[in-house]
Amino acid sequence: MIGYLLSGDLPRSRALSAALLLVLAALAFAPFLFPGTRSLDVAAKVCVFVLLAASYDLLLGYTGIVSFAHTMFFGIGGYGVGLAAANWGPGWGSLAAGSALALLLAVAIAFGVGLLSLRVRAIFFAMITLAVASFFQILASQLSWLTGGEDGVNFSLPRLLQSRLAAYYVVFAASLALFLVLLRIVNSPFGRVLLSIRENEFRAEALGNRVVVYRTAANCIGALGATAAGLLYAVWLRYTGPAATLSFDTMVDILLMVVIGGMGTMYGAALGATIFVLAQTYLRDLMKLASGALQGVPLLPDLVHPDRWLLWLGVLFIVCVYYFPTGIVGRLRAKRA
Amino acid sequence: MPEAMLALAGVNTHIGQYHILQGVDFEVPRGGLTMLLGRNGAGKTTCLRTIMGLWRSSAGRIVFERAEIQHLQTPDIARLGVAYVPENMGIFAGLTVRENMLLAARTGAPDEKRLAWIFRLFPPLEQFWHGLAGNLSGGQKQMLAIARAIVEPRKLLLVDEPTKGLAPAIIGNMIEAFRELKRTDTTILVVEQNFHFARSLGDAVAVMDSGRIVHTGSMAALAADEALQAHLLGLSMESHQ
Amino acid sequence: MKRDWLPLAVVPVLVLAALPLVASMPIWVTLTVAGLAMGMMIFMMASGLTLVFGLMDVMNFAHGVFISVGAYAAASVLLAMKAQTGSADLGANLAAIVPAVLAAVALAGLLGWFFERIVIRPVYGDHLRQILVTMGGLIVVEQLIVVVWGPDMIALPRPEALGGAFIFGDAAIERYRVLAVAVGLAVFGAMWLLLNRTRIGLLVRAGVENAEMVESLGYRIRRLFVGVFVAGSALAGLGGVMWAMYQESLTAQMGMQVMVLIFIVVIIGGLGSVGGCFVGALLVGLTANYTGFLAPKLALGSNILLMVLVLLWRPRGLYPIGK
Repeated sequence: MIGYLLSGDLPRSRALSAALLLVLAALAFAPFLFPGTRSLDVAAKVCVFVLLAASYDLLLGYTGIVSFAHTMFFGIGGYGVGLAAANWGPGWGSLAAGSALALLLAVAIAFGVGLLSLRVRAIFFAMITLAVASFFQILASQLSWLTGGEDGVNFSLPRLLQSRLAAYYVVFAASLALFLVLLRIVNSPFGRVLLSIRENEFRAEALGNRVVVYRTAANCIGALGATAAGLLYAVWLRYTGPAATLSFDTMVDILLMVVIGGMGTMYGAALGATIFVLAQTYLRDLMKLASGALQGVPLLPDLVHPDRWLLWLGVLFIVCVYYFPTGIVGRLRAKRA
Repeated sequence: MPEAMLALAGVNTHIGQYHILQGVDFEVPRGGLTMLLGRNGAGKTTCLRTIMGLWRSSAGRIVFERAEIQHLQTPDIARLGVAYVPENMGIFAGLTVRENMLLAARTGAPDEKRLAWIFRLFPPLEQFWHGLAGNLSGGQKQMLAIARAIVEPRKLLLVDEPTKGLAPAIIGNMIEAFRELKRTDTTILVVEQNFHFARSLGDAVAVMDSGRIVHTGSMAALAADEALQAHLLGLSMESHQ
Repeated sequence: MKRDWLPLAVVPVLVLAALPLVASMPIWVTLTVAGLAMGMMIFMMASGLTLVFGLMDVMNFAHGVFISVGAYAAASVLLAMKAQTGSADLGANLAAIVPAVLAAVALAGLLGWFFERIVIRPVYGDHLRQILVTMGGLIVVEQLIVVVWGPDMIALPRPEALGGAFIFGDAAIERYRVLAVAVGLAVFGAMWLLLNRTRIGLLVRAGVENAEMVESLGYRIRRLFVGVFVAGSALAGLGGVMWAMYQESLTAQMGMQVMVLIFIVVIIGGLGSVGGCFVGALLVGLTANYTGFLAPKLALGSNILLMVLVLLWRPRGLYPIGK
């Protein structure tokens, strides 16, 4: 049963299974375990980012392509819900319509960008996605009559979703379900072809699998995942805006989550997202203590200043790229305790 | 018996997971022109690239004038006196003919007399001296590629399919040029599929198949034995007359 | 010698086409000079990146940090020498500017050397990991800048003698912009001379086309890599100084912010082509300024549209290097 749910991709390590179960339990019972708006906020953010990071791992870890446009799709999802709810009223119909439009737009863009640039070298593709994402960010902040500009869009939701509890479980359930869908996809024949392309492009091409087709498909699926995450995040926040979704910082965060968690493992994205969001919220408090304790020492207080947590994550990220491409998941699995 | 200029013993080369050279053993005699023949995919180009250090051999020894070179970097192999003319000619299209030659002349400007000799062999190079190499015709590019390899005296020339894609008339010029080259002190190893070209110029011959040398001997002997030609070279002889 | 002049010709065409659109000669002059100045600065920042990519097949996504570091190093010097920069005497200004520029170029170059040896060398040939590792480097160095210089934006007033404007009839042309154009032309001129009239330049140009063949001709071209990388970083540092004085402010993200423009310039110019980078930078600078005046809403996105147009015309950039 578990094997079926996880599409045969078992954690394969007691330590990893324990960690994943812990996260799952914490998220499933979050409203009861961690009362308080801030903790629930963090839990919802973890759910959303697990999905976002997992959909990125499909691209980076399984297909081997670096795209900087992922936050753009995240934003498209957010604006789909936000603009629909704001302009067509907070009903289920408008939510559905907004979501559908967002998903369609995302696939169209992913398809277009994919076909045009996936034929060329990885570096060219990465630069193009950066330019496209940047363009979208500019559009979102400049077309303020449509998108609310830098301030974004506040909106309300159908009755049912106005309850924080209900909204949380919608976000949790949807994220979990879509994560399992992604797991199924990467463990299917399609996923295996993706891996073979990543390993050896020429051989895959020679074996008759048109590389561009598979990569474009992966690009589209990844985009759909990110858009879905965007939809959910907007539902939770009842707000959408360029800073929350489209910023390059968010893109960097996703990269950190996937690489530190472990590329090409899906579970890595889950763990990476969890750790990252927790660190973003709570590590700072820890670091503030450390920084305070080191007052008077030159430079050191600045290095452990809570706002510098990104510095340490960056270092960890680099170390992972060089030495631990399978990240935390890889280390846990290696310890087959 | 004059010592071999170049000797390969048990050379293996892997490219990724592909085992291309599977134990190559042969010697290139000093002076003269050795032809390396074989069908497409036999491993001839890989052989030259391995000698030149562009691809690392996974096993075996390559000895050039008594020194083992299989572990050396390409620039160091070149400095020992080996010149390489690749299959795609490797000319720098964005540079002029003059700049291509200047680069090839490691010790500075090319020697006047040598240059005059090269211009006699390949007149178009003098004609287009200040033109961009990218604007040359296919045959002229090939001339430039070879001219670069001989702008200074070298001990060993490795040439990969010099007649590929050339019109028959130009091939005739090429044969003449190589005949001239043979009169110098240089040892030449040529990979070819054109048997006519090979027969006109080769002194010694080695035939490759599936990553191994399957025949060595004199060109004269091979040229005289039609049955052996058919056996070793199969279709390739027919299609490149 | 058949050279491809068409892309270069687009620049004067654009400039002339803008005149009727702007409809006012003085404003057109101001915009054009501003555009050229901006273009020159972007060229300085981008040329190192394209050359490194062409020669070494390395795309350094952290290139922006050399810009930031150069700017911050220069700012530290300039702000410490307020007496000299505050004076209206050009000589006094230069007494501050010269060491500032030297500091910028030196620190950026040093960081470049460090980057090439430690960060990039282990991942030569692996484009995926290159992108990831340089992204990581970007994050770390940006954070380190904040550690050393603090998180707040730093204001950097231009040295007195460089402020103000030349007045020609109705047109006001900022002195600083003229300086930027002059410096940019000097840098381009020096690069051109180096690339086309020296043996090292010959090696670099040939190496950009086919590094393997250069090695087969007996040159240890890898030794050149470090030198080119350091030179590219130093140039970016110089561009950073000019850029900071242009904007009269610095933030830790300034390098990253201009990276999108730099990538657009590099793509438009053709990966590996310094000449293409020059033309592309001028086009980007001019476009940004003209649309900033004619259609402000469109201005930020105008360069991406420009890139799309250029790629439709020449899919591999204006001056692609035949690989």
